[in-house]
Parts: sequence; structure tokens; C-alpha cells
Amino acid sequence: MKKINYGKIYTAPLTMWITFFFVIPTSIIFLYSFLKKKLRGGVLWEFSIDGYTALINQSFFKVVWFTVVISIFATFLTLLLAIPTSYFIARSKRKNLYLFLVIVPFWTNFLIRIFAWISILGNNGFLNNMLLSLGIIKSPLMLLYNQYAIIVVTVYTYLPYAILPLYSTIEKFDFSLLEAARDLGASKLQSLFKIFLPGIRSGIMTATIFTFIPALGSYAIPLLVGGQKSFMIGNLIARELKVTMNWPLASSMSVVLTVVTTIGIFIFLNTNKNKSELKNEN
Amino acid sequence: MRTNSGINKRQISLVVFVSVILFFYIPLLVLILYSFNSGKTMVWRGFSLQWYEELFFHSSDLWSAFRSSLIVALSSSFIATAIGTIGGIGIHWYKFKWKKYLQIVTYLPLIMPEIIIGVSLLIMFAWLKWKMSLFTIFLAHTTFNIPFVLLIISSRLDEFDYQIIEAAHDLGAKEIDTLLKVIIPMSIPGIISGFLMSMTLSLDDFVITFFVSGPGSSTLPLHIYSMINRGVFPVINALSTVLIAGTVLLSVSSKNIQKYMFK
Repeated sequence: MKKINYGKIYTAPLTMWITFFFVIPTSIIFLYSFLKKKLRGGVLWEFSIDGYTALINQSFFKVVWFTVVISIFATFLTLLLAIPTSYFIARSKRKNLYLFLVIVPFWTNFLIRIFAWISILGNNGFLNNMLLSLGIIKSPLMLLYNQYAIIVVTVYTYLPYAILPLYSTIEKFDFSLLEAARDLGASKLQSLFKIFLPGIRSGIMTATIFTFIPALGSYAIPLLVGGQKSFMIGNLIARELKVTMNWPLASSMSVVLTVVTTIGIFIFLNTNKNKSELKNEN
Repeated sequence: MRTNSGINKRQISLVVFVSVILFFYIPLLVLILYSFNSGKTMVWRGFSLQWYEELFFHSSDLWSAFRSSLIVALSSSFIATAIGTIGGIGIHWYKFKWKKYLQIVTYLPLIMPEIIIGVSLLIMFAWLKWKMSLFTIFLAHTTFNIPFVLLIISSRLDEFDYQIIEAAHDLGAKEIDTLLKVIIPMSIPGIISGFLMSMTLSLDDFVITFFVSGPGSSTLPLHIYSMINRGVFPVINALSTVLIAGTVLLSVSSKNIQKYMFK
């Protein structure tokens, strides 16, 4: 039977859109990172590795390190809160209500969520005012504009993204496996680490990716609650792009961020594969 | 011993759950409470609706930013849903050259930091000498919405029985009839959730929009950002309360709509 290939027809708009607005732009960044800078934005068409040599200095390494450490901490805390929460929801009788409670902050505007923390942690914020009026402190505490504020707001922002996939995996988890493990003499910790966590591996993976990647690429959160000293890679990129107008440098930093992200995902997927001796996924 | 451990696990997870819910809601409740404060700061000075008056009657910039947000969200979700649905169907039901690569590339924007998408589009638009406007924001939003629509559509299509399509073909349905009368109607729940997801993402996006917007093309998140910078806090409290109420109403009603339509 002769057949026209409708697959190509159906995917033609998709292919074109993704090529034009994703593949080409990201390729341009890669290209720009090897060109010379023009004074007020843009590039000169000459090959140069200035964009990369400018990265080899302590302050940039510090920013990359800071970004990675903050992201790992935030992801870890998020999982630590998300796994028991999802477990509780999955095993409760009022799943829909509890899921709804998680979805409302998830749907609340991103900037409003950040703003809420500014008005709580700020020098004249809710918390300082409470503590002052209760006489616990004499002068306002500097709660905002530091790395802890970044971590708190990052966890706050991405926690629902972690809970939802974890919930759907835990819901499908066969809890009789845990009973079986206990019957066969496994300790509580053994059944947690050898049965339960590997069993919900795909949920943990999705939750980690949903938290860790946005954290690495953070821009708005450090901008609004991080203060002068807490620059993350995203803030550096924006500065080179919009303020100092060094586009090859902004591009090379973007390439670095992409590479760091890819390495992060790769390490994570690999350690996860080694941990569980499950058959290879499709 | 065993029941004991069960209670333990349950207790720990209950404590974490309650703390998480408090962690989620205390900041939102503080915003709501202080939107009714008559003072400008976070010190309680008595009940007042003045910030709502300010929000509804003296914030025309904010409402025009809100209108821009709606225009961008509706148009980008519409296009992204159309492209994503038909593309998802093509990827799901057919085999063709390069299919594997297309699948990988279309999912890449999901796992790329969004700032990369913003920066790369800004650089390309600048290269093409396109002026930043609501149109460039629309292009950017459509781009990040498409992968989400694809993801939702293909999980819906996974649940299909291929025999239905074969049966349609055997009964003499043409390709276009199968598409319009079988595949698309059966994908409607996926199409709707893809569209709603796109709307949500688009209305919420700050980072990518920040890079591809120009003077005079402000969306609601960009406007909130400038309000935070200018320190007009009480009006943001009032706005937050309105938005949170809207979110709650929307999620309750969308739940009910889905209940009536698909059950």
C-alpha cells in the first residue's frame, strides 16, 4: 500500500518553529561566544576566544561555585520536604483537597511568591516588626539579601514542582513491597533506602530536574532577594548582556551555564542508574 | 512492632506535610492581611480598603500590562496548542526520517535554563533588527509553551488504542477524516489541559519576557517587578490578594469543569 508520509506533514510546523526559535538562536549564542565584542552590544565578525579567556578568573569561578552550591542545597532541601509531603498526600483519604492546597501556591504568580518573602523578611518586614514589637530583638535583623534568602525562596518556588511528580509516583508505588521487606527481616532504614526510594526513583528524578535546573539558571530570585554580593550565573549573563554590553562574554557564559546544566543532569542520571540494578529503561 | 513503625512514618510525614502547608500559606496570608492595612508599611495601622481603591481606580498602567499579558497568553497558547497537538500526533502515530532527533530537540527547551532561551532569542532578534514588542514576547512564549503541550498531548495519546485508528482506516476513512473525527476529538482533554498549562506558564513568565520585551511592552509580571523596585508595596499586596483569589476560583472551577466534561 502506498502511503503519503503524514508524519512529516503533521510535524512540519513544529519542526519549523523549533528550528527557527530554538535551534538557530542557541546556535547563534554558540557562534557569538567565539566572536569579538562591539562596543555597545553586538559583535564584530572576527574569530576570537576573548569570550572564554575572560572567564578564566577567580570571580567567575566563585560565581559558578556559588550557583552550583546554592542549587544543590535548595534541591536537597526541596526533596527532603517534598518526599514526606507527597507520601502523606498519597496515603491520605483526602488526596484531592491536599493536592489542591499544593496547587494554589503553584499557580500563584512567580513574582508575587518572591514578593511575599520580601515583605516577610525585609528590614521593615513582617517578621522583623513582630520580633521588635514582642521585644525579642532591639534592632531589625538582616534577613533578606543573603544566600539563605535565595535558598528559602528557591525552595518555596520549586517545592510544588517537586511534590506533584513525586506524588504521582508514590501513588502508584506498591506498598505491600514494604511489608514484604519487613517480613523478610529488613530494618526500617533498609526498607526505606533499598525498597521505597529506589521504587519511586523516576519521581525523585523528575522532581530533582524540575528543581535543580531552574535553580542553576536562577535570575529573578537572586536579583530580588540576593542582594549585592549574591550573584548567580544568570545575573552575570544579564549584566554582560544589558549593562556592560559584552555580548561574546554573555554568550560564552550562557554556553558555560548550558554545559554545567548538562553535566549536572548527566551525573545525576548516571548515579541513579548505578544505584538501582533495574533493567534499562526503554 | 510493625504497626508501631507505620504510625511513626505517618507521624513524621504528617509533621512535614503540616509544616510545608504552613510554609506555603503563611507568606500568602500575610500579603492578604496587609492588603487591608491602612498604613504603608508592614506595621498594622487599622483596616482600610484604600489600596484596593488605588489598585482598581488609579493603576491604569497595571491594567494595561494585565491586558498585554492576556493577549500574549491567549495568542501564544492558541498557536502553541495547535502546533503542539498536530506535531504530537505526527510524532506519535507515524514513523519518518529524523523523528528521533526531532523528539530530542523539541524536549530540550524543557530542560534548558530559561535564561538561555531568553538570552538567545534576544540576541537573535537584535541580529535580525526586530524591535522588541508584544510580538517578540508572543514568539518567545509560544516557543516555551510548545514542549509542554507536546508532553501533555503525547501522554494523552499513549492511552489510545491504535486499533481505533486502524478500524477507521479499514472502514474507509480518509486521513483527514481520521484526524478530524477520531484522533482530535479523542485528544480533547489533552488539548484543553495543554492550552491551560500554556496560559498559566505564559501569564507567570518573568525571566524570558524580561529579555525579549522592549519599552512600552510590559506584561503583568514585568509590571509587578517594576512595582517591587519602586517600593509600592501596599498596592502589590492588594494585587496579590486579587490574583490569589483568582487562582483559587480558577482552580476550583477548572476542577469542576473537568469533572462535568470528562467523567
